[in-house]
Amino acid sequence: MSADPLSGAAPAKAALWRRPVFRSTVFQVLLILGVVAIANYLFTNTLHNLEQRGISTGFGFLSMEAGFGILQTLIPYDETYTFGRTFLVGLLNTLLVSGLGIFLATLIGFVMGVARLSSNWLIARIATVYIEIFRNIPLLLQILFWYFAVLQPLPQPRQSLDLGGMFFLNNRGFYLPAPVFEAGFNLVWIALAIAVVVVFFMARWARRRQEETGQQFHTVYVSLAILFGLPLLVFLAAGTPLTWELPALKGFNFKGGVTIIPELMALLTALSIYTGAFIAEAVRSGILAVSHGQTEAAYAVGLRPSVTLRLVIIPQALRVIIPQLTSQFLNLTKNSSLATAVGYPDLVAVFAGTTLNQTGQAVEVIAMTMGVYLTISLTISTFMNWYNKKKQLVER
Amino acid sequence: MKKFVLTTTALALCAAVSTTAFAGATLNDVKKKGFVQCGVTTGLPGFSGPDEKGNWTGLDVDTCRAVAAAVFGDAQKVKFTPLTAKERFTALQSGEIDVLSRNTTWTLTRDSSLGLNFAGVNYYDGQGFLVSKNLGVKSALELDGASFCIQAGTTTELNLADYFRANGMSYTPITFDSSDETVKAFGAGRCDALTSDQSQLYALRIKLKNPGSAMVLPEIISKEPLGPVVRQGDDEWFNIVRWSLFAMLNAEEYGVTSKNVDKMAASSKDPNVLRLLGQSGIKGKGLGLSDTWAASIIKQVGNYGEMFERNVGQASALKISRGLNALWSKGGIQYAPPIR
Repeated sequence: MSADPLSGAAPAKAALWRRPVFRSTVFQVLLILGVVAIANYLFTNTLHNLEQRGISTGFGFLSMEAGFGILQTLIPYDETYTFGRTFLVGLLNTLLVSGLGIFLATLIGFVMGVARLSSNWLIARIATVYIEIFRNIPLLLQILFWYFAVLQPLPQPRQSLDLGGMFFLNNRGFYLPAPVFEAGFNLVWIALAIAVVVVFFMARWARRRQEETGQQFHTVYVSLAILFGLPLLVFLAAGTPLTWELPALKGFNFKGGVTIIPELMALLTALSIYTGAFIAEAVRSGILAVSHGQTEAAYAVGLRPSVTLRLVIIPQALRVIIPQLTSQFLNLTKNSSLATAVGYPDLVAVFAGTTLNQTGQAVEVIAMTMGVYLTISLTISTFMNWYNKKKQLVER
Repeated sequence: MKKFVLTTTALALCAAVSTTAFAGATLNDVKKKGFVQCGVTTGLPGFSGPDEKGNWTGLDVDTCRAVAAAVFGDAQKVKFTPLTAKERFTALQSGEIDVLSRNTTWTLTRDSSLGLNFAGVNYYDGQGFLVSKNLGVKSALELDGASFCIQAGTTTELNLADYFRANGMSYTPITFDSSDETVKAFGAGRCDALTSDQSQLYALRIKLKNPGSAMVLPEIISKEPLGPVVRQGDDEWFNIVRWSLFAMLNAEEYGVTSKNVDKMAASSKDPNVLRLLGQSGIKGKGLGLSDTWAASIIKQVGNYGEMFERNVGQASALKISRGLNALWSKGGIQYAPPIR
């Protein structure tokens, strides 16, 4: 380091408290101590107050019997399970609606984003109308709209809309046949696994051959043929070891088959359409960010518009889209807690709702719920950052 | 040594402060701000809800008004906080409200682990079922496999599960945050039955588009003593809320009504009435209130019978009979300790 320009003296002679390193260290230590002290004060003060008011604390309630029912459970659950289990049930319901929502919203978003830039006047206008309408109406209203205005006026179970005697739609849900795997169906799974491996190596071979010789191979069609054909052949050879359990009206409701409850349908529809509109705008901004020269260059070397979009525009646009996509995924996950408005049993409704109320352990329950959303969000964020890094321009 | 003494004194002081922190705090606080903050439902006919003019009315509302009349001599000095079932206990624990009078069932868990105390029972209820008439169901035992609309965070959720478990039947629960949403979903046919405290069923039925299309089943599957709740640890405030309710019950028992209270105070020969109206005996001293605390309640809110008939009884749209809520002397179980 150079000497002090003003005094010209050696820096070692400066007093200890005048040295920048020393001072910055002291202030940082003080800041950390302050933060820890405040956190500690808040924590002990809360505990003290809870104890003083006779409110029981601790996580012992998690092993107590819950005693209430839940509408949709992805894992076995009934009233005799514990409050801890209600946490898992709620968490899985949240993950289900978030996962499906992210998938659908991305799909809708990419299609609509590209459509808005379409040279076809009608398609572009339809996409614009969709985006502007759904992006600008509060999400809660949209959820309530789908639930109370669209799904509730459907007919009663006894007058269900019958779609081919296999699918039934009424105001209590959408009922689908459930597959029942019989002995021998395992062979089909094995065939599918083999097909996946074959397709993987074939794609590698085709790519290498194209890089070396320039010859193209119909990878997509051949892959599809193998992926569907091989398991189908095995399925037929094994004597079709699969039956369908059909939903049937029994007593008050449909029994058997798979039920998609209207709460899930309403929430999922609203979330994916709402977030899809934002993703569409992100996609449009990403595509517009790619210089038009790229398109012209691609056309100049003779690429068709669809190939240009797929091989030239989208890969470059992704670099702009991914960070925005991340925040939309996070928004969707957090917005899924609006489920409680229509009675979808997500984490907030089940755990931070009923469980909180039955046990009265507000601090613990809310802390756990916040912890879960934080964890989900950070996981999505970490994954998307990794993906972003992978897609970024690699300088060679 | 000096240091040790100082430390122990400081510790003792801390202990003293923390044990007395709540005694009397609520009454002083209420007097300072000039009104009682009362937690009620978000709207349940007969129990709490604003009328056309925006005034809160109902059995639970009047229970709060009685407390205000006892403290201030003015039943209008109450502010109401509408709460969902899920929010109610936290609002009371955190001090946002002074009394929770919101159709709340007295249970062991709530009384012992939430830091709350139930001050009494202003309505004895039990859980029942509301079903659509065209379902053709005559008893709750025929409801195997049915789906139920319930309000989240209530004892109802637990009772329903218990009942179906005890009878070996299956059911589907659909839980909503507010009772309004449960009625809306029931009206739309999302569920076969709505289950709640029986008094609420009559109240909620009025909210249906066609109230005549639904009926209440005869079964009562639980005990639901409903009453006002206060924070634990402030015995003075607890006593005031509890005795405000008892004063109304005693008034009915001795025939004191809002109409004859002044005359009775002046000319009654019954020592029970004179003690109740602050003419003799301990008067308001024990509760730290004015001597006419009970007289103010009766004059402005009425006795228990008047409050009942006006809000949920024959003079109301609900037309619920007294049943269990009749006085002990008339075949019910409403019973208040004597004022002496």
